[in-house]
Amino acid sequence: MSSQHYKWIGTRPNRPDGADKVTGRARFGADFNMPGQLVGKVLRSPHAHARIKSIDTSKAEALHGVKAVVTAKDFPEQPNQIVPAGEMQANLRDVTRNVMAREKALYDGHAVAAVAATTSEIASEALALIKVDYEVLPHVIDVDDAMKDGAPILHDHLRTDGLTPPSDKPTNIAKRLEFVKGDIAAGLAKADVVIEREYKTAAVHQGYIEPHATLASATEDGQVQVWSTTQGHFQVRGFCSRLLNIETSQIRVTATEIGGGFGGKTVVYLEPVAIRLSQKSGKPVKMVMERSEVFRASGPTSGGTLRVKIGATRDGRIVAADTTIALQSGAFPGSPVGPACMCSFACYDIDNIKVIGFDVVSNRPKVAAYRAPGAPIAAWAVESTIDLVAEALRMDPIDLRLKNAARKGTKTHYGPTFNTIGMVETLEAAKNSPHYKTPVKPGHARGVAAGFWFNVGADSSAAAHVGEDGTVTVISGNPDIGGSRASLALMAAETLGVDYDKVRPVIADTSSIGFNFVTGGSRVTFATGLAVVNAVRDMIENLKGRAAKIWEVEPDAVIWENGYAKPASSNVGKFEPLSLAQLAAQAGKTGGPINGHAQLNAQGAGPGFGVHIVDLSVDRDTGIVTVERYTAAQDVGTAIHPSYVEGQLQGGVAQGVGWALNEEYIYDAKGRLQNAGFLDYRMPVASDLPMIETVLVEVPNPSHPYGVRGVGEVPIVPPMAAIGNAIARATEVRMLDLPMSPPRLSAALDAMAPKRAAE
Amino acid sequence: MADIRYSAPSTIDEAVRLFAASGGAKILAGGTDLLVQMRSGAVSPGHIIDVKRIAEMTSIAEQNGSFRIGAAASAAVIGEHAALRKVWPGVVEAINLIGSKQVQGRASAGGNLCNASPAADSVPAMVAAGATVTLQGPGGRRELPVEQLASGPGRTTLAPGEIAVAITLPARPKGSGDAYLRLIPRTEMDIAVVGCGVSLTIANGACTTARVSLGAVAPTVLLVDGAAKALIGSKLDEAALEAAAAACRAVCKPIDDKRGTIAYRTKIAGVLLKRATAIAAERARSH
Repeated sequence: MSSQHYKWIGTRPNRPDGADKVTGRARFGADFNMPGQLVGKVLRSPHAHARIKSIDTSKAEALHGVKAVVTAKDFPEQPNQIVPAGEMQANLRDVTRNVMAREKALYDGHAVAAVAATTSEIASEALALIKVDYEVLPHVIDVDDAMKDGAPILHDHLRTDGLTPPSDKPTNIAKRLEFVKGDIAAGLAKADVVIEREYKTAAVHQGYIEPHATLASATEDGQVQVWSTTQGHFQVRGFCSRLLNIETSQIRVTATEIGGGFGGKTVVYLEPVAIRLSQKSGKPVKMVMERSEVFRASGPTSGGTLRVKIGATRDGRIVAADTTIALQSGAFPGSPVGPACMCSFACYDIDNIKVIGFDVVSNRPKVAAYRAPGAPIAAWAVESTIDLVAEALRMDPIDLRLKNAARKGTKTHYGPTFNTIGMVETLEAAKNSPHYKTPVKPGHARGVAAGFWFNVGADSSAAAHVGEDGTVTVISGNPDIGGSRASLALMAAETLGVDYDKVRPVIADTSSIGFNFVTGGSRVTFATGLAVVNAVRDMIENLKGRAAKIWEVEPDAVIWENGYAKPASSNVGKFEPLSLAQLAAQAGKTGGPINGHAQLNAQGAGPGFGVHIVDLSVDRDTGIVTVERYTAAQDVGTAIHPSYVEGQLQGGVAQGVGWALNEEYIYDAKGRLQNAGFLDYRMPVASDLPMIETVLVEVPNPSHPYGVRGVGEVPIVPPMAAIGNAIARATEVRMLDLPMSPPRLSAALDAMAPKRAAE
Repeated sequence: MADIRYSAPSTIDEAVRLFAASGGAKILAGGTDLLVQMRSGAVSPGHIIDVKRIAEMTSIAEQNGSFRIGAAASAAVIGEHAALRKVWPGVVEAINLIGSKQVQGRASAGGNLCNASPAADSVPAMVAAGATVTLQGPGGRRELPVEQLASGPGRTTLAPGEIAVAITLPARPKGSGDAYLRLIPRTEMDIAVVGCGVSLTIANGACTTARVSLGAVAPTVLLVDGAAKALIGSKLDEAALEAAAAACRAVCKPIDDKRGTIAYRTKIAGVLLKRATAIAAERARSH
């Protein structure tokens, strides 16, 4: 645990939003309504790839009760320009086409038109009356197929960025990336053991329970209000401003409570459409996606094809690491191949590294961020290969990783040199965990894998206000997706020296606080936390000034301690300490309201490392895997609210188990998604998982006053490889493709059976 | 959108009269399939006839060792019937696999049967049990072995206006046991990739009667006579079990789809036969 002694940090009080959520009072995206609102619905392409020759909306417009119909014509053309979008980048030309298909429908479920009507039934009827004349085109789903010569081309203008010399050939490969450190050939020449494998992963959805939902109201004077379930209401404002040519100050977005996002709610789907429908109809418009729309048209993250080659010397030193990663970006460029490439070998201190990445479009929904975008895909391949190296060298998998672990001073293959990090400490914690020290039970097998995520900082604003009774409101602008309100309140209480329950954290709308980048990248407790601490410190300066005025001394003669203004020394004079409440009561006489403000671009986000251990059993007759025991160890910086840190680790593991064992997008021959629902898109249910044990390793981040590191993303990185490694040890079958679902594992076991019998 | 008429008769005669009188009507027992189908747009009935208020259709009666289960009796009520659970544990377990805990309060064996899904959990268990279904229509009542009710996915042999009223499980000799197993990729909240029901009687260490049924491997739930023949007369030894498993694999006509491959479903039919037989035999020996 941390060596610091804090009063509030590290405690586990109830979350400020807890009571509302357990009583059902909390208002999520679909819970907002306005008088006279219309119901908006989207018509979606049934084709994976089709030219839109014409759209006839006249019959829908003539239907009684229909108040507005929109198609791509209602959205202005956008420049071919990249803007930041959550943890990834977005091209406005593509964003407007993803919101509403323009020349072509590029995937099953692509929006082609939308209506607003007085009832849901009329809106559905209107959709059926819209006549779209499609010219169905050949489509391509798989990333390897999309990269082949002669593959159906999605975008005629697309050329591969990053090629030398540049190519002028139409392609589905949007980008080629390369990261090189050292000399890969020289490294391989030194290796005693070289392992090379090819892996595949399936596209998986973030699987938030709450579907996308929005309510938009555009008024006659040009103002727009939006309520949206989003991870970034400032991002919603920014996108809508650009896509609809409305000044940001005219758009006010309120983030509702959010039923899960995991990165998938950092982009816009419904909001620009709802605003446009509201502008055209003159009425508020509410839109809520069906579950099938969520699967067909939002998220997911990429599937990919990866090749990994790792060379090591007999003593367990990795001397060469080489990987090629091709990721699906969906219908438009912009997969997380960049972070996948960067995270691939970031856990290790390796002299010779070569990483090549490809960003590939195909006829699937445009990918969105999903928890450590790209990193889990790379880790599946890299950590599986490292396990093979450990097997070949007959080394303990944790010892092999310890021998090669990144540490302070390690220069990464993508540029930065690590400051204080906790990879070694986390490996040691995993090795010393009760789980790893317990012998593997008969019939079970154990797997280990590690994972890395950068964590990010970026822009945050915060304010702190003292009420007239001395209690405090802390205002920030990041939707709370993982308990951040509790963490912000704890840091404010600690800084100010008052009780946690005297601090009320509030998330303001876009017009009520300065800009905040999205809730993503595991940045909020770090960056917005820093803004909150600075706002409180700003307020403390103000409070000291008030005490100085009352005491008629210089402001720097006053100190702030445990919630009281006190004289800095006996030289100042003999004054009774003044409490926050006493200062608040006299505020009118000492200069008016007492507030603090801060805004910053947070630098120095501390990277996070995780090491996971899983024990599982395999039913050889059915291929069903049962996860018997699971432990996630992670360097969490300082655990501000340990329960929510543990919850992040457990949640990441749960999603990782689904990614490993069952989750996948299944398409038919026509490129139509076959499993657009939770019955056949199999995320784990509670009974699929054991209690997930956690080990919080606290290596404080030197760039944060309380040592905060982001914690939310690392835990989804190792599970797939940990499970695959355990399956390999249980069955001697090394699975190379995800998911390791019962039919696939069963087939692999059956293919292995004659070989085993012959031995 | 057209209005929907809703009726909740208190007698079967009244329900049959209403059902026969209106084309496009649907029977609502638990509604756990019907409401989902309506929401997805698959069906849009003009008239819904709720049969949950008909006492005969929601009660369970025991007579001379046989059980008559109202077609609309909820799975939760069936699961709490101690005598039924003792005699037909496999059937009750299968009915208790329909949906989640919440769905169990509404879902019924009659509805599961008439929905005619080849993957219905309760049906293979009822087929193995030799259950019959009582149907009542404008022409009166008739009895049908449950395996004859479905004619394809979502299709039945019900005559126009006919309603499933009750399911009857026969009396059985001492030394009998049954079991139902299904394979799902998850542990709950899932649909059978393969289901297998086995009911058998053991006397003097040998299997004297057996019925075997498979779900989700063909357009309808199958009664597998070949598997029963392999078990009858045997001591349920490995050779007999393998012969029965082979018979199960031989009758499978599954499809490749999002839930499983042909090869996988066929293999699992044999695996589940062996496992379900072991459970049924264990129960038979302890009865």
